[in-house]
Amino acid sequence: MTFFPVGLSHYLCLSGVLFTIGVLVVILRRNLIVIFMGIELMLNAANLSIVAFSRHLEDMSGHVFVLLIMTVAAAEVAVGLAILIALFRTRRTINADEVSYLRW
Amino acid sequence: MIFAVLPDILFYLFALLAVGGALSVLTRRNPMTCAASLVVSVLSVALLYFLLSAHFVGVAQMIVYAGAIVVLFIFVIMLLNLTDRELGRGRMTLFKIFGAFLALSVLAILAPGMRSMVELEPSGGPGPAYGGTAEVGRLLFGEYLLPFELTSILILAAMVAGVVLAKRDLTPKRLFSLIDWLLALADRLSILRSPQKRERKQGGAGGEAE
Repeated sequence: MTFFPVGLSHYLCLSGVLFTIGVLVVILRRNLIVIFMGIELMLNAANLSIVAFSRHLEDMSGHVFVLLIMTVAAAEVAVGLAILIALFRTRRTINADEVSYLRW
Repeated sequence: MIFAVLPDILFYLFALLAVGGALSVLTRRNPMTCAASLVVSVLSVALLYFLLSAHFVGVAQMIVYAGAIVVLFIFVIMLLNLTDRELGRGRMTLFKIFGAFLALSVLAILAPGMRSMVELEPSGGPGPAYGGTAEVGRLLFGEYLLPFELTSILILAAMVAGVVLAKRDLTPKRLFSLIDWLLALADRLSILRSPQKRERKQGGAGGEAE
């Protein structure tokens, strides 16, 4: 893989790196707000590879998928942050290690 | 000469910004700094969409992510107003190290497959209508009308869930919906509920429907 010109594989590499950083945020961080940010990073990486493939195949269906994924992400964040506020009101913490009463 | 490689230079610039913002989300301790870094990463990805001539998706990314989702994050961070004690200390457990190793090894497995050079546009570039609002709208309201309409139901469900979950008291004092009404009816007929719960709820179950 050469640096110029930028091809599909460059975009896929970037998407893979962003997705891996998102996974690392979810695994390593214990702040629930930041864990949600990691999920957003992963969704962004998936969207980027969808748009790159859409350009590669010259088929615009990918753009519609990306718009729908954005909607789902917004709904997910709204519900997730509402759960987080309810959790903070009852337990006074948003540390994922301290909220373990549903864990095995 | 410089105009031929300008999109490629911009790609590397914005890719660097996107990865840097994501790494900053990973490493910074303060959640507000993390939110600001997320804005940098999300806006860089939006500019990469412009480079891929996905103009409508790029603008939507800017409005939805940087304009709505990150603002929601910042709103929640400020609402909770976390102290240093409530943020908690992160512990490095063996489980976490194993998980991080697993995530990085997935990237390492994928890397050889990406080494081959694939052209971005095999047949000389897209037409002038590619990525514009008209073409996206034609697809969204034509071929993909059913998923689009289902999205509205999803957003309605998320809105109701957000309102219900973020209420100050999670147990309903008044009758908010048909389901609450049915539960109160079942309460009165003393099915579904245990006697202690019925006694506790006796005081507040008599409001009017909204």
